[in-house]
Amino acid sequence: MSLKLLEITAHQLKEKLLSREIQATFLTKKLFEWIKEIEPNIQSYISLNEDEALEKAKEIDRKIENGEKIGLLAGVPIAVKDNICTKNIHTTCASKILKNFIPPYDAYVVKRLKEEDAIIIGKTNLDEFAMGSSTENSGYKITRNPWDTERVPGGSSGGSSAAVAAGLAYMALGSDTGGSVRQPAALCGIVGLKPTYGRVSRYGLVAFGSSLDQIGTLTKDVRDAAVLLQVIAGKDSYDSTSVQIPVPDYINGIDASIQGVKIGIPQEYFTNGINTDVLDSVKNALKVYERLGAKIVDISLPHTEYAVAVYYIVANAEASSNLARYDGVKYGYRTNDVRGIIDMYSRTRSEGFGNEVKRRIMLGNYALSSGYYDAYYLKASKVRNLIKNDFDAAFEKVDCIVCPTSPVPAFKIGERANNPLEMYLSDICTIPANLAGIPGISIPCGFSKEGLPIGMQILTRHFEEKKLLQIAYAFERETDFHLKKPVLKGSIA
Amino acid sequence: MKIGIKDIEYIATLSRIELSDTEKEMYVHQIDDILSYIEKLNKLNTEKVKPVTHTVNINNVFREDRLETSTPLEVVLLNAPSKMGAFFKVPKVIE
Repeated sequence: MSLKLLEITAHQLKEKLLSREIQATFLTKKLFEWIKEIEPNIQSYISLNEDEALEKAKEIDRKIENGEKIGLLAGVPIAVKDNICTKNIHTTCASKILKNFIPPYDAYVVKRLKEEDAIIIGKTNLDEFAMGSSTENSGYKITRNPWDTERVPGGSSGGSSAAVAAGLAYMALGSDTGGSVRQPAALCGIVGLKPTYGRVSRYGLVAFGSSLDQIGTLTKDVRDAAVLLQVIAGKDSYDSTSVQIPVPDYINGIDASIQGVKIGIPQEYFTNGINTDVLDSVKNALKVYERLGAKIVDISLPHTEYAVAVYYIVANAEASSNLARYDGVKYGYRTNDVRGIIDMYSRTRSEGFGNEVKRRIMLGNYALSSGYYDAYYLKASKVRNLIKNDFDAAFEKVDCIVCPTSPVPAFKIGERANNPLEMYLSDICTIPANLAGIPGISIPCGFSKEGLPIGMQILTRHFEEKKLLQIAYAFERETDFHLKKPVLKGSIA
Repeated sequence: MKIGIKDIEYIATLSRIELSDTEKEMYVHQIDDILSYIEKLNKLNTEKVKPVTHTVNINNVFREDRLETSTPLEVVLLNAPSKMGAFFKVPKVIE
């Protein structure tokens, strides 16, 4: 198998399967060979699902052979972030506390992948419970950036992003609470889409910040993002925050003209806190948009500087409550030799959670505790409204907003590990969209002087993913940043 | 400092997390840093602003109350760290 086959997109792969140029079984076997060769340097997976994947591949080959109806993702090898429940496959959230947890059910999105004949090849690494921006906070391993293995892939969906960037999966699912899909996509040179809050069911996604969490896609190009969103979007009765609004056709019409589209440039995202290579790349991208007939409009989102502070109160308050369920009673890890029930809870949690998770639970409980609730949680919830109002006002003037995804390209492993606050600021460009609930996408838009990928973020109004994808696709079609691949050492290549 | 060791001990108890003295020392500084950063919210007057918890308009969601099959007991218990018969087994709760 040539490296070319590993580099193609999922929609290109599906054509090859349908035309019988290749078979799903052959492809899946080769992919696992490639994974065995490359994975030791990247460490993107927590567990692999080889036997089941090969079974599924055989089933798809049989279906194609017999001319049976096949799903939208037939034969496409997909990776799933390990905080999304997969029936009979370990789901650890990269936490020791869920080391032995085997979900008895599939998350809604996983059920949808299976219905559309995708091949689930494994569960990817993340910052423990998706709390982090570098995938260094995993309880199991540190994932490395395929572009430079001394650097982080971003996080928390770092395993999913690195796997797609390295050709170890054709697509992946992630989750995005404060940028955990978009930021690692930017750092790994791929496309990361976070849909509107409520567009995709969270049923089976292990809860972190319930008013912010949304499942998103990590893909090699924008068309693949459209395909994967088409599969996972929709109302699900098991998640009452998923909405009834009909799902449009994201794939047909993705190539619509963007002539006359008004692009808002928020001055607050183009400040001196942003790396100059990142700024230059995004500014160059705006020239491409102008050439395509879009109108660039200066806008202001005046409360941007408060977003990180709001986020670390709201997300952690919700997390402290969501993570109270890990008590060693019903599933997951339980400590040995306990003196009583309270002792069992405390020791189980102390031994099972990593440092970052403990820090966030404590911060969240502090913000919610008697005497501090008004000063922290209530205050943050009010400022959240101001941030949302900023977007509402901006979207009266423009169709979308364009800004950097991450203030910097991939940073070195260990560089920010000892300073939680500095790490939190990695998400400065992505957090506001979660607070406002709007959709966002990160697409490749350049490279730094060191050759590291740079991502550009596009945001639209609630439930305007179709327009978001069209705007992203218009840029992608004009450029080749998404076609550049990291150089990986492997004999298959 | 906005918080001290006593505060850390208090929120650790609320969180059902046991901390060593070294951990308390580490967390008191880190959490203090974060709280100092969060201080910036006080620059804003929010007296007349309503809090939001959900940004997409969702009100009460009603559905038909109909019977559905739930996960079988033995499957639910598969992940139990300790069980006895049809129950999760835990240390004695009432002294």
